[in-house]
Amino acid sequence: MKTINKTILAFAILTMMSFTIGSMNDGVGVGDKAPAFDLPNIDGKRYSFENIKDANGNKPKGYIVIFTCNTCPYAQANEQRIIDLHTRYAPKGYPVVAIQPNSAAKSPGDSFEKMKSNAKNKGFGFLYLYDEKQEVSPKYGATKTPEVYLVDANLTVRYHGAIDDSVRDPDAVEEKFLENAIAALENNEKIAPAETKAIGCGIKN
Amino acid sequence: MKYQIKRSAAWIIVLFTLSGCTGKVMDNQNEVATKKAWPDPTSYAGNIPVYEKFSDIEPLFRFENDTTYVINFWATWCKPCIEELPYFDKMSEKISGEKVKLVLISLDFPNQIETKLVPFAEENIKSGTVITLLDGKYNDWIDKVSTEWTGAIPATLIYQGDQKAFFDQPFQNEDEVINAVNSILNNNQL
Repeated sequence: MKTINKTILAFAILTMMSFTIGSMNDGVGVGDKAPAFDLPNIDGKRYSFENIKDANGNKPKGYIVIFTCNTCPYAQANEQRIIDLHTRYAPKGYPVVAIQPNSAAKSPGDSFEKMKSNAKNKGFGFLYLYDEKQEVSPKYGATKTPEVYLVDANLTVRYHGAIDDSVRDPDAVEEKFLENAIAALENNEKIAPAETKAIGCGIKN
Repeated sequence: MKYQIKRSAAWIIVLFTLSGCTGKVMDNQNEVATKKAWPDPTSYAGNIPVYEKFSDIEPLFRFENDTTYVINFWATWCKPCIEELPYFDKMSEKISGEKVKLVLISLDFPNQIETKLVPFAEENIKSGTVITLLDGKYNDWIDKVSTEWTGAIPATLIYQGDQKAFFDQPFQNEDEVINAVNSILNNNQL
């Protein structure tokens, strides 16, 4: 009996340890404080949660933080969706804040200059920040592009994952995870699902 | 009536004999079980089996036999994926005496299967079985591969029965792949 108790105790300790180690590596999840950043935008200015405004020049009700890049086919497949999200939600208080997490040394197509030209060609209306020292994506625990964190006005992460259930093909979207999360946040309702997964390109940092 | 009883009795004897035979030779039995459970593809692109739904290939992640499965998710446009492919070749060469099965699951976009994946695989892939999975409802199946997986590729699952190891970072050299496979092989020999 004692042996069994000891085994259970040892197992419980091991389980707790693995959870602790897991969460240390995993960055932030839903309910956690969104890590701060201060990064250069393609317009030459630097942006942080302190000076980002919505489309009306007001302090945002929330931030659609999206780790994305120029080169990943999954990111490219979402460019128009990201443009549309900003057009639709920035006036409602939820601007898109895109962060390019790849190192230009490892992914030359994602250099700051290439970010500028891509944004110009595609007509990005949102902030497109460069994680120049590759410090911000590890703090969030972001591992791929595209990857979304919906952050509320108190800087708490409320949704994490994919824009919708069909990253590759916009025509096959059945569930708009992010837009549903914003609607739930607006209406003070429970966000479900609050975490989703999708295939993306591993961040090259 | 009599005839029917006789016939079913004969069938029972046949079944007993069959099950007895396969039970004696473990390796053969596993081979048979593996081959039996290997799912039928929806179609083929060149020689590459194409699967529409993750549920079609789910048996590949649930084999219970003495083979160690090395299952890698990749795509032709994914640079770090392509860079690690030769390490899997080296692993296959060096651990050739062991029961290891390499499966390379391409997540190439449907419109690039014929144009990019087929020629790339013919030219460059020396070891392992290449298959392609088209299922784009990723949130429904990523956790079924591993709850540790965020969805970033490349990603590799190595397993034998209940022993599992998952890697969501690219391997940097052949030794990393070999060590990862050996960790599962050695675990099972203890």
